[in-house]
Amino acid sequence: MTKAMWSPGETQHEDREFRGFASFGDPEALSYVDSNGKPNFALIRQTDEFRILRRRLTTFIFPMTVLFLASYLTFVLLSAYARDVVSIKVVGVINLGILLGLGQFVTSIIITLGYARYAKRRLDPQRKLLAEKTGVEE
Amino acid sequence: MPTTGNPVLNLSVFAVFVLITLYIVYRVSSRNVTASDYYAAGSSFTGAQNGVALSGDFLSAASFLGISGGIAAHGYDGFLYSVGWVVAWLVGLLLIAEGLRNTGRFTVGDVLAFRMKQRPVRAAAANATLVISFFYMIAQMAGAGGLIALLLNVSSKWGQALLIAVVGMVMVLYVLVGGMKGTTWVQIIKAVLLLLCVTLMSVFLLGKFGFSLSAIMQQATENNKLGEAVLDPGAKYGFSTMSKLDFVSLALSLVLGIASLPHVLMRFYTVPNAAEARRSVVWATWTMVIFYLCTLVIGFGAMALVGSETIAAAPGGENSAAPLLAFRIGGAVLLGVVSAVAFATILAVVAGLTLAASASFAHDVYANVIKRGNAEPRKEIRVARLTAVVVGVLSILGGIAANGQNVAFLVSLALALAASANLSTILFTIFWRRFNTTGTLWSIYGGLGSCLVLIIFSPVMSGAKTSIFPDVDFAWFPLGNPGLVSIPFSFLCGFLGTMFSKPEPEKADLAAEMEVRAIAGIGTKA
Repeated sequence: MTKAMWSPGETQHEDREFRGFASFGDPEALSYVDSNGKPNFALIRQTDEFRILRRRLTTFIFPMTVLFLASYLTFVLLSAYARDVVSIKVVGVINLGILLGLGQFVTSIIITLGYARYAKRRLDPQRKLLAEKTGVEE
Repeated sequence: MPTTGNPVLNLSVFAVFVLITLYIVYRVSSRNVTASDYYAAGSSFTGAQNGVALSGDFLSAASFLGISGGIAAHGYDGFLYSVGWVVAWLVGLLLIAEGLRNTGRFTVGDVLAFRMKQRPVRAAAANATLVISFFYMIAQMAGAGGLIALLLNVSSKWGQALLIAVVGMVMVLYVLVGGMKGTTWVQIIKAVLLLLCVTLMSVFLLGKFGFSLSAIMQQATENNKLGEAVLDPGAKYGFSTMSKLDFVSLALSLVLGIASLPHVLMRFYTVPNAAEARRSVVWATWTMVIFYLCTLVIGFGAMALVGSETIAAAPGGENSAAPLLAFRIGGAVLLGVVSAVAFATILAVVAGLTLAASASFAHDVYANVIKRGNAEPRKEIRVARLTAVVVGVLSILGGIAANGQNVAFLVSLALALAASANLSTILFTIFWRRFNTTGTLWSIYGGLGSCLVLIIFSPVMSGAKTSIFPDVDFAWFPLGNPGLVSIPFSFLCGFLGTMFSKPEPEKADLAAEMEVRAIAGIGTKA
């Protein structure tokens, strides 16, 4: 899509020659893709755009993982070690344990949809920003 | 027994399914030429299609027949499986799907060896894939025997063996003709049929009981010898300290194992990018939630209408709950449909497993370990096809040998193995920069090895009446499922292996590439 912005195929040969003669060139254009068209990942990793993306991703997925594992293990441990509690009847013969189990279904859906929404709003636009800055696409 | 329905009808519904799917497989796979076509369907599926196929991969005979049977026989304790298998998709969604899609091409080995020394890591990854797939496959094929006994009324061991062989050959045919594309379509068709089937049955059952789950469960308790206690935990796992620990261990394997299964992981390569991989897990989560809600209704419905004792006495035991219920509410035709779907399930899942195992051998072992990355793509695919045949033959033999073993249980062992060998390694390699080759090898072999050793010395193998070798006793590990020990152990191994070995500064560029690709999804096609 935005590849035409800086096409490696056309300009890389000239760039190499410029560089060979210690031309100072345009550092912006040279920096993120090397003369063979291979992205310089070490440099991309240092950009603010990437750091922000990484922080946004990890601050969502790790706490969420802790959350759903904790909630699942609570259900499991209650089922194993607090039989009296989960056997309490709530609706008809349906007891607290069954409801807690079904509650896991609900939290799974909420977290799944929440992540899909978060990724669409906070992660994907940031990825696009990074791709535009570096000129490296998918 | 009137409960087995009409074998001819069952068989013809099944035959129609096989013919239709084979035709579709043949049609969609006319251009199965490149390695990418064969292993990853040219990455041409949409997120929705792949999501349905993903859930299809996981909705095996063990989860359809095993879970509804487990609930019909043990109530609450059977329900635990459903919960674990729904929550498990969050691991895939949050931690694995996108990073895996962005850093690999065909196999788990691609990701694990990305920034490590190629040959030892690829070999280790392939070993893990083959062991896990073999366990999982045996479970599926063992289920086929029991199903056949019930549905086709074939009770002689030889007759069952013959049918297992036929099932095995059809599934190899799918893989050989269809590659990943064909296998995915079979999976999609099967998953849709299965979902329709369970949804209609559940709606019908609920309607019969005035749309009250409580009413179904109420009547269910009257047909179980435990009475209302069957709605409380403990019906299956009991109350001793060890059996409770075993229950927790099983729960841990269920939730961490699914997103580590090689054939499930390989599915993420059939979509064009990470966003579609994410979408496919969202789809899979929805279908799993619907499916397991339905199995809850079907399980208690079977307990209510058929009765736990009738189910236990039927050929195929617990696994026969759903078919018996189908016969009870819909007669021979519905039983025919349900059994055809159940067979299709085994067929499709085993085809997926065969593909994963053969891809791992051809791509990791042959192309990268033996040929050191210089294999001709055409030859690599030929090796993959050959491996598929070998794997097929092995699984037929294994299935015949394991005929009659406890299916859901074997699956839980495969899940423990997958979580132990793959999960820690994938998470470390994607999210921990310092992780290196030694750490990778330690966590794969540490997890796989400890898990295997603990299975061998557990009551599953010896020392109890229900063991595989009941007459000898060399068991010293008290738990039936090793996950509680072996999964943390593999994380520890990966950590210690990395800390006790030198960092690999020469791999720093690759590590940066992997991090950027996994998180940002850019440069993945370079």
